[in-house]
Amino acid sequence: MSSEHYALKVNGARHEVRDSWIGESLLYVLRERLGFYGTKGACEQGECGSCTVLMDGEAVCSCLVLAATAQGAEIVTVEGLAPEGELNDVQRAFVDKGAVQCGFCTPGLIVAITHLLDNDPQPSESKIKESISGNICRCTGYGRIFDAVQQAIEVRGVNR
Amino acid sequence: MSTTITATRNILGTSVLRPDGTAKVRGEFHFSSDEFATNMLWGATLRSPHPHARILSIDISAALKINGVSCVLVADDVPGKLTYGLISSDQPVFARDVVRYMGEPVAAVAADHPETCKRALEAIRVEYEVLDPLVDPERCLDQSVPPIHPDGNVFRHQRIVRGDQSIQGEVQVEGTYDIGMQDQAFLGLEAALAIPGHDGRSVELHIATQWLHEDRKQIADCLGLPEDDVQLVLGGVGGAFGAREDISLQVHSCLLALRTGRPVKMQYSREESFFGHVHRHPAKIWMRHHATKDGRIQRIEARMLLDGGAYTSTSPAVLINAITHTQGPYVCENATVDGFAVRTNNPPCGAMRGFGVVQACFAHESQMDKLAVACQLDPVEIRIRNAMSKGDLLITGQPMDSVAPVTRCIQETAAIPMPEAVTSDDPLLLPGGSGRTATSSNIRRGVGWGVSMKNLMYSEGFDDYSTARCTLQDGVAHLKFATSEVGQGFVTLAIQIATSILGVDQVELEQIDTRIGSAGSTSASRQTWMSGGALDGACRMVREMLFEKVGKEHHVDPIRLAIVDTDVVDTMGTLRVPVREASAGVSLSHTFEHHHRPTTDLDENGQGNCHVAFAFVAHRAVVDVDPELGLVKVVQIATAQDVGRVLNPLSAIGQIEGGIAQGLGLAVMEEIVIDNGRVRNPSFTDYLLPTALDAPVVEARFIEEPEPMAPLGAKGIGEPPCISVTPAIVAAIRDAIGKDIDRVPVRPQDICL
Repeated sequence: MSSEHYALKVNGARHEVRDSWIGESLLYVLRERLGFYGTKGACEQGECGSCTVLMDGEAVCSCLVLAATAQGAEIVTVEGLAPEGELNDVQRAFVDKGAVQCGFCTPGLIVAITHLLDNDPQPSESKIKESISGNICRCTGYGRIFDAVQQAIEVRGVNR
Repeated sequence: MSTTITATRNILGTSVLRPDGTAKVRGEFHFSSDEFATNMLWGATLRSPHPHARILSIDISAALKINGVSCVLVADDVPGKLTYGLISSDQPVFARDVVRYMGEPVAAVAADHPETCKRALEAIRVEYEVLDPLVDPERCLDQSVPPIHPDGNVFRHQRIVRGDQSIQGEVQVEGTYDIGMQDQAFLGLEAALAIPGHDGRSVELHIATQWLHEDRKQIADCLGLPEDDVQLVLGGVGGAFGAREDISLQVHSCLLALRTGRPVKMQYSREESFFGHVHRHPAKIWMRHHATKDGRIQRIEARMLLDGGAYTSTSPAVLINAITHTQGPYVCENATVDGFAVRTNNPPCGAMRGFGVVQACFAHESQMDKLAVACQLDPVEIRIRNAMSKGDLLITGQPMDSVAPVTRCIQETAAIPMPEAVTSDDPLLLPGGSGRTATSSNIRRGVGWGVSMKNLMYSEGFDDYSTARCTLQDGVAHLKFATSEVGQGFVTLAIQIATSILGVDQVELEQIDTRIGSAGSTSASRQTWMSGGALDGACRMVREMLFEKVGKEHHVDPIRLAIVDTDVVDTMGTLRVPVREASAGVSLSHTFEHHHRPTTDLDENGQGNCHVAFAFVAHRAVVDVDPELGLVKVVQIATAQDVGRVLNPLSAIGQIEGGIAQGLGLAVMEEIVIDNGRVRNPSFTDYLLPTALDAPVVEARFIEEPEPMAPLGAKGIGEPPCISVTPAIVAAIRDAIGKDIDRVPVRPQDICL
C-alpha cells in the first residue's frame, strides 16, 4: 500500500515523504509523517478550519488537499509564521487577549487571521467575521478572538 | 467589555495569562491526538449500522489476512468485566449478542496505518438480524413493551411532591416543550495513545478526558487488572463540555495495546465522534404554573420525560438535576413533579454543560413569559416579583443557603443599554449572514428574557472530593493534581492560588496524571471550588510550615507571621525574610483533600438536601428575525452572572461568552437529527455550529458577592452562561414574530410556516 516517494516544501525547507500511501491528505502527511503537529484535524470536510495552512499564499484546508498534489507548492504551517522562539503579532494578540481556551482551533485561526491581515491590514469588522467564519471555535464564543484581531491590527498600524 | 487588568504579580483577581497560551498559539501544545510513539499501531472501531439488531455471527478471518493488520478484538476477547458505565455498568465494551444503538462498538482492530484499519473494518463480516428499534420515549413507560436491555426500559423515575397539592391558581398557564438533542462538538476529537508496560500486563494511557481516576477504575475493571497496573496521563484536551465524562476509546485502545504488545493510537473521525460520545438528553416537558392575579407563583405541576438512549451513562443524575430545577430561580412552595429518564434505541445521552438544567430552564422560562402575559406584567417584573432569595426553601425542601442575588442579576442585566437598530445594508449583519438572503425592510426585532439557577458540584450524597499537593522549595511552588485542564483555565488559576498564598513568583505545574489522588471530574462547574479548594488548602498548610520554620529560626511566634508580596513578614516586628530565602534548601510539602459539605439522597417525595450550592444568572436577548425566511440573527446578549468572586476576569469573560455561544447554538442551530434511531447528520457539514458571523455582541456584568461556603469565595461559572440564554433567545423570537414556539432549536419552519 505504501510506496510513494515525493517531496514537500514546508516552512521554507524541503521534506522528503517516503513510503507513503497515495491517498494521504496533506493534513495527515504534515502531522504524521513530517511531525508538523501544529496543524489540527477536526472535521475532515473543510468545515471547521482547524487544519488551515497556506499553500502558495492561499489559505486552504489541508484535510481537503491530497498531499501528493502539493508537490512544488510553498506550504506554510503555524510553525512557520514566526522565527524560532518568537511569536508573530497575531499569536501575541491571542495570548494577550484571552483568545485561547482549549486551543485546538487556535493554530488554524492564527494562520487564517495572519493571512487576512497580510492581505488587508485594516479589514472592516464584517470582513474579519466573514474571513474567520470558516474557523469554528467551540470554547470562546469568538469575543476574545475579535479582541485579539483588533490588537493585531493596531500593532500592525503602529509598526507600518 | 474591557477585561484587561494588569498586575505585577500573578495573584487572584487579576487577568493572569494562560501558562499554556504560548505553546497553543505556536502549535506546540500536545493534544492527545498529537501523541506519537515509535513502533506504534493505529486502532479503529467497528460500529453497528443498525439502531437495534441481534448479532448472529462475526467473522474476522478476512480482516486478519490483510497485510499490516495486527489484531482484531471482539467481545470474547475482553479479559475483565464486559461492561462499563458511570452510574450503572450496563454498556458493553463490545456488543456480543445485541446492538442497541446505531454506532455501538462491535469490534476493534490494530494495524500499521489508518487506511489499513479502515480496510480491516470493511473486511469484518457481521451478520445481523435487524430488530424494530424502540425510539419513542413515551412507549418506554408502557409495561407491555418488551425491555430492550435486561435492566429494563426506565433508568429512573423520581417524583417531587411538596406542599398543598390542591391549590388552584386564579391564573394558570401551561405548555409542553421539546428540547432537541445537542452535541458537545468539542473541536479536539477523541484520541488516545495506549502504551503497554514491559511487564506485559500494565498499561499507560495518554488520554483527553474529564476525570482520569474514574476512567482508570472503569478501564482496570474491563482489563481485569488492579488499578495500579493502569496509569493515566492527561493528553492535551481540545474541549470537553461533558462529552469526555464517559468511556469512549479508553478500553479499546488499552486492549489493543496489551494484545499486540505495542503502543496503539486511536483517534476518532468527526463522524465517529458523533457516535462515540453521549449527547444532551432530548426532553419533553409539560408544566402548569398556578399563580395569583398579581403574578406570584403558588404551585407548579410538571412532567419531564428524558430520552437517555441505549445505555445509562449519567441519565439518573441528569434527571434529578432537571426535576429539582423545575421552579428555576423563583419562590415556589407547592409542587408536583414527575420525572422519567428512559432507555431507547436512540444514541446514549449523558453529560453536557448544564446537565438537565438546560432542559428544565427552557420550560420554566417559557412558562414565566406566559405568566407575564396572563397577569399583564412585563417579563422583567414577573421575574423580580418571584425572585428567590437566600433562605427560601426549594421544592425539595432544601434551604437556599447559597448567596442568591437573583434580583440583582435581573436588574443589572436590565440596566445594560439596548443595541441600536441595524441601519446598514451589509447583509452580513442581517439574519442569514453569509447566505445574504434577508432584506433589511423585512426584519423584525424582538427582546426576550431568561433567568436560571444551577447547582454546583455533584449531588445526592456523592463525595466528589479533590486532591492537590504543594511543595515549596527554593522559592518555587511545585503543584501536583489530577484535575483535567480542558481549556477552562484551571492551570492559570492554580498559579494564581500558589502565588497569592505563598508569595512565590515561580510556580511549576507537574504532569496531570493518576499518580496522586483523584480530583474528581471537570464537570458541574466544580473545579474552581473543589480543586481550587484543594490547592488552597495545600498551599496554606505549606505556608504554615514555612512560618514554623522562620519562627523557629528567628525566635518569633509563627502566629505573628504573614506573607506580604514575596516576603515572610513579622506583623508585630521588623523581621522581613524573602520567601525564596526562607525556603532555600528545604522541601516543604503537603497534600490536601478538599471535600464539600455532605448532601443527601431524595426521598420518595423528592425531598432532601441533595445539592451542595447554586449559582444564578440572567440573560436578555435581542434578535432580528426575517419572518418570511425564518432566519434569526442574535444581535446582543446582555447578562449579569452571580460569580461569587472573580478570580481571573479574562478567564471569566471567556467562559461567559463561550457558554452563550453554545446556548445560542441550542436555541437556533444545533440538533442531532434522529430518524427511527438513525443519526442523519453526523458531520460538521450537517450539524450546524455557531461561527464568528453568528456570534452576538455580549455585554456581561459580574455580580460579586463572595460565597462563604466556597474556599475562594468564587462560585463555578462554566455552566450558567449556556442555560438561560437559550430561552431568552427563543422568547426574543416569539416577541419579534408574535407566535408561540415551544421547541428548541427553533428551525426556519417553526418561524415561517
